[in-house]
Amino acid sequence: MNALFLAFAHLRWTWARSLLLVVVGALILSVPLVTQVLLRGSEEALTRRAEVTPLVLGARGSQLDLVMSAVYFSQDRAQPVTRAAEDAVWDSGLALPIPLHTAFQTNGARIVGTSLDYFDFRGLQVAEGRQMALLGEAVLGAQVADRLGLGPGDTVVSSPENLFDLDGVYPLELKITGVLAATGTPDDEAVFTDVKTTWIIAGIGHGHDDVVTPDDAGNVTANAAITQFQRITPENIDSFHFHGAASDYPLSAVLVAPYDTRSGTILRGRYLDPENPLQMTVPAEVVAGLVDRIFRIAALLDAVTLVIGIAALGAIGLSLFLAWSLRAPEIETARRLGAGRFMILRLAFAEIALLLILSAGLATGLVTVVTMNGDSLVAWILAL
Amino acid sequence: MIAARDLSFAYPGGGFALKVPALDVAPSERVGVIGPSGTGKTTLLNLVAGMVRADAGALTVAGSDLATLDDAARRRFRATHVGFIFQNFALVDYLNAYENILYPYRVGLGLRLDAQVRDRARALAEACGIAHRLKSHPAALSGGEQQRVAICRALVTRPKLILADEATGNLDPETKEAILDLLFDRASDMQATVLAVTHDHDLLPRFDRVIDFATLRQPA
Repeated sequence: MNALFLAFAHLRWTWARSLLLVVVGALILSVPLVTQVLLRGSEEALTRRAEVTPLVLGARGSQLDLVMSAVYFSQDRAQPVTRAAEDAVWDSGLALPIPLHTAFQTNGARIVGTSLDYFDFRGLQVAEGRQMALLGEAVLGAQVADRLGLGPGDTVVSSPENLFDLDGVYPLELKITGVLAATGTPDDEAVFTDVKTTWIIAGIGHGHDDVVTPDDAGNVTANAAITQFQRITPENIDSFHFHGAASDYPLSAVLVAPYDTRSGTILRGRYLDPENPLQMTVPAEVVAGLVDRIFRIAALLDAVTLVIGIAALGAIGLSLFLAWSLRAPEIETARRLGAGRFMILRLAFAEIALLLILSAGLATGLVTVVTMNGDSLVAWILAL
Repeated sequence: MIAARDLSFAYPGGGFALKVPALDVAPSERVGVIGPSGTGKTTLLNLVAGMVRADAGALTVAGSDLATLDDAARRRFRATHVGFIFQNFALVDYLNAYENILYPYRVGLGLRLDAQVRDRARALAEACGIAHRLKSHPAALSGGEQQRVAICRALVTRPKLILADEATGNLDPETKEAILDLLFDRASDMQATVLAVTHDHDLLPRFDRVIDFATLRQPA
């Protein structure tokens, strides 16, 4: 007890050094565990979501970017396709196409323009408020609602794609009508709206004041100062309209839910031609390859962590040795007062033991926090 | 209290060697030791305290024949029979004054810290005039206060022998007088013997007896 008392008193006196050693020790202990927890969580989350997403139709290019963008709403941006791709699936009669337009963000969350079929497809339930029904309405994922402290009746504003593009898309105010129940998937981190609303954000559709004003003689003149609406209200919703051919409107990807296995196989066959600008991917296959690569990299990461850990432990050991050297006068005094080698060793071990216990406690806390919030962290990581 | 005969000691590797033909100190006696630097005064204190073992000769302190004691027994003897006071105070910087006084009970072999010891430590602090500074760490104490804490630490085990190595060497003249008075008063209370090395000839009249090391030791 005396050794522990003195060790604790010394650690408290040199609290800054002790804190640093405890934090470094905790990181050495916890980083490999946290990495494992997050990797396993990511693998499970990636695989689980990929396996319930039969097919994704998108522009030919990186299959990984397409799957990550369409299934996990990540920052990876695949080339857009047109609505014609969705129409082609409809016309085939082999599968249900679900459009996805994920080009925009609000408050750090991905705006997902889609159809109501998406909610049935993913089994998403509205926990608070109601489902979106009109242009300009949105429902929030559980995490987004919690993080932003928003609920039905509140609004969010879409972010511009590029801060320096003054001529770019206008921000659009979205009215929140509901909050989805938490699912522990990337859906919790998204803001859902109708795909047409995202086309309005993109500037393809818009609403504005009348551009013509009849004069007394009945002539009409275009108004030079057209005011575009940044929010969709019952009063102005009828003024919203779209320009161009609907089949040319952009989509980030199309989720494809074949009606049966045979239909899925037939559909996949239609997009095998490398000359076809579209590709049909199987998310489970793409994710399996990604997970395999991640775990190969993780093995390398483990080796690096081990080397860094050994180096850090060496640095901690050197720090303790130097600190102990500085305590030579105290040790000499202790010896004069009757302390033996065993007592001196107990002093040293008590200090190391306390540091280890505190480090282990902090590491346990870190790992527990990460484990308890694993789903959210994994969803956040996947959204990066 | 101390009886030494034909005592000799040499540090490993040669160089310095100490020989003391005879030294006797009576119980409760206050003995000052003077002499030029490097003549072995501190080595004598270390021998008497059992810090080092004599190469030859007989040395009995407080009834214990130090030549026959093993390391553990000498540590136990030191913890229970000897109080040390150093020139540099040798206080533990991370402990407050109160815990510094109790320090021998934290590290000393065979000492047990209990409520009586704590009461004794407080009483000593009161007697030494530092009761109001018990929560202060050494860095916040003056030199005189630090030495008072060191005296309390030396006396808290109720030792039979107090060894002081230049105990007033770092203090101003007024403080060193007060500290010496304090040391002698408390030692008298406990009927403890004081063997004090000093270079301060002004303090010599305060001792019962003064040993001039230049005449005590024999050149090796």
